[in-house]
Amino acid sequence: MIRGRAWKYGDNVNTDVLFPGKYTYTARGRDEIARHALEDLDPAFALNVRTGDLIIGGRNFGCGSSREQAATCLVYNGVGAVIAQSFARIFYRNAINNGLLAIVCPEAAQAIQGQEVVSLDLERRVIECTSGCFEFPALSATVQEILEAGGLVEQVKRRLASEGKAVVRP
Amino acid sequence: MHDQSSSSLPARKDNTSKNKAETFAQKVLARAGGRERVDIGEVVDVQPDVVLSHDNTAAIREIWSQFGQERVAIPHKLAITLDHAVPAPTTRHAQNHAEIRRFVAEQGINHFFEVGRGICHQVLSEEALVLPGQVILGADSHTPHFGWLGAFGAGIGRSEVAALWATGELWLRVPESILVVLEGELPVGVTAKDFALRIIGDWGADGGLYASIEFGGSGIEALSIDSRMALANMMAEFGAKSSYIRPDGKTKAYLMAARERNASNGKPIGIHEGDAPEVTQLQLFPDDGAAYAERYHYKAAELEPTVSCPHSVDNVSPLSAVAGTEVQQAFIGTCTNGRLEDIAEAAKVARGRQVAAGTRLLVIPASSLVLQEALKHGYIQDLVAAGAAIGTPGCGPCMGNHMGVPATGEVTISSANRNFRGRMGTTDAEIYLASPAVVAASAVAGKIVDPRDIV
Repeated sequence: MIRGRAWKYGDNVNTDVLFPGKYTYTARGRDEIARHALEDLDPAFALNVRTGDLIIGGRNFGCGSSREQAATCLVYNGVGAVIAQSFARIFYRNAINNGLLAIVCPEAAQAIQGQEVVSLDLERRVIECTSGCFEFPALSATVQEILEAGGLVEQVKRRLASEGKAVVRP
Repeated sequence: MHDQSSSSLPARKDNTSKNKAETFAQKVLARAGGRERVDIGEVVDVQPDVVLSHDNTAAIREIWSQFGQERVAIPHKLAITLDHAVPAPTTRHAQNHAEIRRFVAEQGINHFFEVGRGICHQVLSEEALVLPGQVILGADSHTPHFGWLGAFGAGIGRSEVAALWATGELWLRVPESILVVLEGELPVGVTAKDFALRIIGDWGADGGLYASIEFGGSGIEALSIDSRMALANMMAEFGAKSSYIRPDGKTKAYLMAARERNASNGKPIGIHEGDAPEVTQLQLFPDDGAAYAERYHYKAAELEPTVSCPHSVDNVSPLSAVAGTEVQQAFIGTCTNGRLEDIAEAAKVARGRQVAAGTRLLVIPASSLVLQEALKHGYIQDLVAAGAAIGTPGCGPCMGNHMGVPATGEVTISSANRNFRGRMGTTDAEIYLASPAVVAASAVAGKIVDPRDIV
């Protein structure tokens, strides 16, 4: 169960405002990456976000660059999940690969008000906010496997350990 | 927005295994997945032919190092280009490049392109490292670029590239396809960039979300290779996973010339461990009757010069509606519009004219080959004489790293692909996106103008 305050933004929240491109080839450590989160969208976010808080987006959340820090900057700030009407595909993959829940639920994304307390139950697939309860569809089996492993890196580690080597076809 | 020249037929529901006809995306992902056939929506473990990375390679190596391997599993498939912040603007950027060079030397990576060679997508195209019918996955969102030659190119994250280095394999969902047809040749002054902006404006920045965008029609066949690259590349801004233009005689000629150039320089041909396939050997075409989620039809004669206004790519206007907007900076370059054809168009506008007082013009060729050709044709001389500043081939100021970022309060008109708030370094600046000729004309006029009004 994830429970936290909602940080609500609009449609087409792009990776440049999530994590500016000018830092993308130099910022490496968790703290440095966390500090720049949403810098060009909401400078108050990185200063005030608390562990378990949720990001609420509109359509096409995370569009733009492939930069993974757009997702990891949220993870490093303790964000519990992103709920949006839809996600840009590379952001979605980056989020899941880093263990960040990315939930498509247009009804909840529209109903949730900024700064209200929201809870998200992954097992029951329910999001709860002041205006009601909203169900969301099951995550795909592929996505569930990555999340259960604790992210893509952990999943690959397990796979390499079980196979003993890479599995490249000739 | 959705006027009569861009009508869509209703979405078709026959994208199941019942439909025997296959889209390009189905065919190419079946092959890369070692499968006879795959269905739309199915998740497939694919082994890409090429894995692209750039200045992010050091960060990817850091992730990969957690796997405890001494060698990457697929060194021959890696193509690494230093392009995003070149030459290094700070010591930290230089350290990043130094780490990448060490990795390249340790792992014996053959396809490594140094500072100044150009932008990854342009360089890999010029080197014919990707062939029609192949799959390239890249830690760069503009990897749909490779649709220009009939390859499947998709952007992925850094962790995914690290996973590929370790295992050679990654899951992809077989995307729905959207067919975009262009009938007739583009009118004078209207470019592939204008067409791309029009598509994105009509259907929104998420209009092609998760989809493979397949192009067709006589208007696409008539496009030059440089224009096809601009169109395929821009589909990243449509939310697309990949794009596809049918390979034809022009494609083959381009790739053959690239191989001959490499052969005459004693460089390796292609990405392959053994004998390289013929350039057309692997090409794939969609079947007649393949399932398309949407079909959009455009008539070239009805298109016009188009500008994307701040601060999102789908905020498009006809050029005439924004003409007169003052600009302090004009930038021609990037993986979208920094090719020879683009620089030729800009030189044609700038020749015998001067960049307006109070405005500066930056021109950054997409590659060293483009720069050499532009020098040979006198384009660079024309542009420098007009007052342009020429930069090292690479991404330049596109994502706000260096080499011409705007001051606060300034307006830039750019041939790039993104105008998000803060994209070029400061949130307090405006970016308009247009074709190279419009950018050059705007530099000369000091305000946004139609080049056909001044040439």
